Amino acid sequence: MEAVRSQRSFASPDVVLPTLPFYRSAPALEVRLEDFELYAIDRLRVLKGISDGLSRGKKPDEMEKSVNELWKSHMRHPQASEVVNKDIISHFVLRLVYCRTEELRRWFLSMETTLFRYRFLFETPEAQRALMAEFHIPYKIVSSGEYENVKDKLVQVARSLGQSLSGADSVFYKVPFEEVPELVACRRVFIQKGHAYVAMSQVVSLVVTQFRSLLSKALVLTNRKWTSMIREQEKDRLTPIVESLSSSYLGPDYSQPKELTDVSLKDIDQVARSSFPLCMHYLFEKLKEDHHLKHGGRMQLGLFLKGVGLKLDDALAFWKAEFSRKVGAERFDKEYAYGIRHNYGKEGKRTDYTPYSCQKIISSTPGVGDHHGCPYRHFSEENLRAALGKMGVGNRALEDVIDKVRHRHYQLACTLTFEAVHNTSCDAGINHPNQYFNDSRKVLESRNNSDGA
Amino acid sequence: MPREDVENGREDMLIDGSEAKQQKQKNAVPDVFNAHYLKVYYGKLFPHADMFRWLSYANDGRHPGCDDSYFGRREFSFTLDNDIYLRFQSFKTAAELESSIREKVPFKIDIGPVYSVDPSKRHAYAQSGDNVFTPVERELIFDIDISDYDDVRFCCSGADVCLDCWPLMTIAIKVIDTALRDDFGFSHILWVYSGRRGVHCWVCDGKARRLNNEQRAAIADYFRVYKGNENSQKKVSLVGPALHPFLVRSYTEVLKKFFEEKLLSSQNLFSDAIKYETILEMIPEESITSELRGRWADSRSTKDVNVVRWEQLKHQLQSGKQKGQGLRRCVEEIVFSFTYPRLDMEVSKHMNHLLKAPFCIHPKTGRVCVPIDPNHCEEFDPTTVPTLSQLLEELNAEGSRMEVDNEWDKTSLGESIRYFRSSFLQPLLRSCKEEIESSYSAKIQQSKNTLAW
Repeated sequence: MEAVRSQRSFASPDVVLPTLPFYRSAPALEVRLEDFELYAIDRLRVLKGISDGLSRGKKPDEMEKSVNELWKSHMRHPQASEVVNKDIISHFVLRLVYCRTEELRRWFLSMETTLFRYRFLFETPEAQRALMAEFHIPYKIVSSGEYENVKDKLVQVARSLGQSLSGADSVFYKVPFEEVPELVACRRVFIQKGHAYVAMSQVVSLVVTQFRSLLSKALVLTNRKWTSMIREQEKDRLTPIVESLSSSYLGPDYSQPKELTDVSLKDIDQVARSSFPLCMHYLFEKLKEDHHLKHGGRMQLGLFLKGVGLKLDDALAFWKAEFSRKVGAERFDKEYAYGIRHNYGKEGKRTDYTPYSCQKIISSTPGVGDHHGCPYRHFSEENLRAALGKMGVGNRALEDVIDKVRHRHYQLACTLTFEAVHNTSCDAGINHPNQYFNDSRKVLESRNNSDGA
Repeated sequence: MPREDVENGREDMLIDGSEAKQQKQKNAVPDVFNAHYLKVYYGKLFPHADMFRWLSYANDGRHPGCDDSYFGRREFSFTLDNDIYLRFQSFKTAAELESSIREKVPFKIDIGPVYSVDPSKRHAYAQSGDNVFTPVERELIFDIDISDYDDVRFCCSGADVCLDCWPLMTIAIKVIDTALRDDFGFSHILWVYSGRRGVHCWVCDGKARRLNNEQRAAIADYFRVYKGNENSQKKVSLVGPALHPFLVRSYTEVLKKFFEEKLLSSQNLFSDAIKYETILEMIPEESITSELRGRWADSRSTKDVNVVRWEQLKHQLQSGKQKGQGLRRCVEEIVFSFTYPRLDMEVSKHMNHLLKAPFCIHPKTGRVCVPIDPNHCEEFDPTTVPTLSQLLEELNAEGSRMEVDNEWDKTSLGESIRYFRSSFLQPLLRSCKEEIESSYSAKIQQSKNTLAW
């Protein structure tokens, strides 16, 4: 077997690889084709597990545990010396798989960064410091004089996070706030005149930001290399593996409706009642009630309807029928029709947009006047109970759903709802509103057929 | 007569103008908005040159370090009379910008980002396949609409505003402006009245213009307290044993004062059961709410009932016998719910969002989008902002004069333009020049060093 990607740069031989690599350059290793694929699939299982955890809204400590378990169960290797190689090889294979579209890159970047974050946290403080040095993180520790000046504020921030600031925690790095966006976003740092005061326990954010930006750039470069040479050079060997890897595991993206589910305008009310998941059914009802939805709602419902099989012309007619009652037909044509054509790839960038997945919907942040988002996550318990009751979820099932919600298993709650409404089991779970819809149609269709027979 | 023969249409105005003083009552410009008035406005009053100087950021060709293509890569978009929407307009010079505005007479001018290449030639670049057409710089912007506060204001709804609810915008300006300066260290900040129902904010520091989307989102999230959508009970949830220093400062310096001194009475927050019930719903302790309800059933009082009841509520929640941290926090939560700024997050999060240019005229109200001085924002009164017709009347009243350059100086627009220049533009350009100078000398130094090798 020859070295895969022998055309790439070689890492210099005297570099000792740390347990947590930065994946700066592709490894100079010989890889058997079977391993190439198997390693990648193992890593994909880890990333998929992370993705599921995030979409369930797991808290950081739960994520930490789950990432640790995922890594241990999938990324081990009988030969100790191979463990690091497996890590590096699988990462670079998946880079090839996930470099090819914006959407794939975004998913991969997000999952790999999350993985990196938790693996960094597993390291000992010494190893963490070594990693920081290797990343050339140039920030200085706040001097004791300066520390005294801002101590009150730092104590206040620590208290707001439910922590106390003991003497041992008085090591702070002062960094431009741009370097720690996630700490800024959650108000987990004190910020003054453009500088964030980052506690030693938060430095992971600094490292993660660096990691993310390196990987983001690398993915764009890999994409260029892929389209300009690798795909062609490897067309008999790696290309088929790479292409099958992304499609075999990711599941469908529901951007192209299945023939089975073609829906026309006249059926839509009936179909909405029988087969829409709560998030969509609720938006649909609100639209009928208010004859209006704000942007987030239009996107969430509009793309879902596209995935359901509503043709562009029907979609325009559907939205117009509602909106024109509130804003008039003329304003609809001027202000809203563009957005609908845009969703169908007929305007602007002309991208054929994909319907939102559960993960995206759960992590959205609806504000005043918004009706989108995941009802299991964003409704108060009282409102959720009322909504489920209206859908016909019986008392016992309802308590089970609420129980899942309390544990922040929103997709499981949706799955239970599906099972209660359709009186059937749904072993695969619900990952996508369009999957809910398709599965529902399948169940109802087979029931109709057997009734007719 | 000066130049009135240069352009058709001007002649009439000036003839009117010379007689305006005698006939002011009869010949007053009707209080409507139309393309003819707008043409005069763009011809005589709109500060084209100032807009150009602003958006050039000192890239005026006077320094060898200037980027001559800078202004030409900025996207403008025009909304014309008949709702034709022209995106991706770009101009190389001040003269080009001015003549295009005068010729097209846009009802609305939007300002977009600076792209990597001239946006009007983006298709030519798209041919090359590489994704080179991308936004590279954009002011950090904020958009606050009073219609997003409809659940906490009872004087107006939707697009209407009055002096009773406008303080909500004053609060927003104070809270955000202070944080942008003190926390994030920005200094070139322009606040603009949006012409009808809100305010816009442009943060123009070089550092702000170069933020990526993730960093923009982080700042927007830093400001976000309001999390409720239409289906959650509490709109504001302040968790943790203490508040972040930014929230403490906002609360003690702005929110509390405005709530107690203005909104409490102007919005009659406790005057009737329907209103105070929504407030009581935010208190999770049944015994307290029922006691307050009992006391409030009898509405005889000589003093302002809102103040009396608010004091009673505070006393109940903060008295010694309430041990729970959560109940004390309720007072703050109520104040935050009714006062804290509500941003349109999407506008701030992405570089490629368009925002209406200052000094446009709002077609519905005819009012000019004038800058607001954050240091005196309490004095700003949206109902006395100059309107298009008022400006034309003032212009007419002045009659024809020899000098045509600074015609705005004689109108009530003068003050706004003087403020724009002296408080925003001049300091901005000074620091832009310094930045260009220092990055240029750094570059020179660097090339010297390379030569020395």
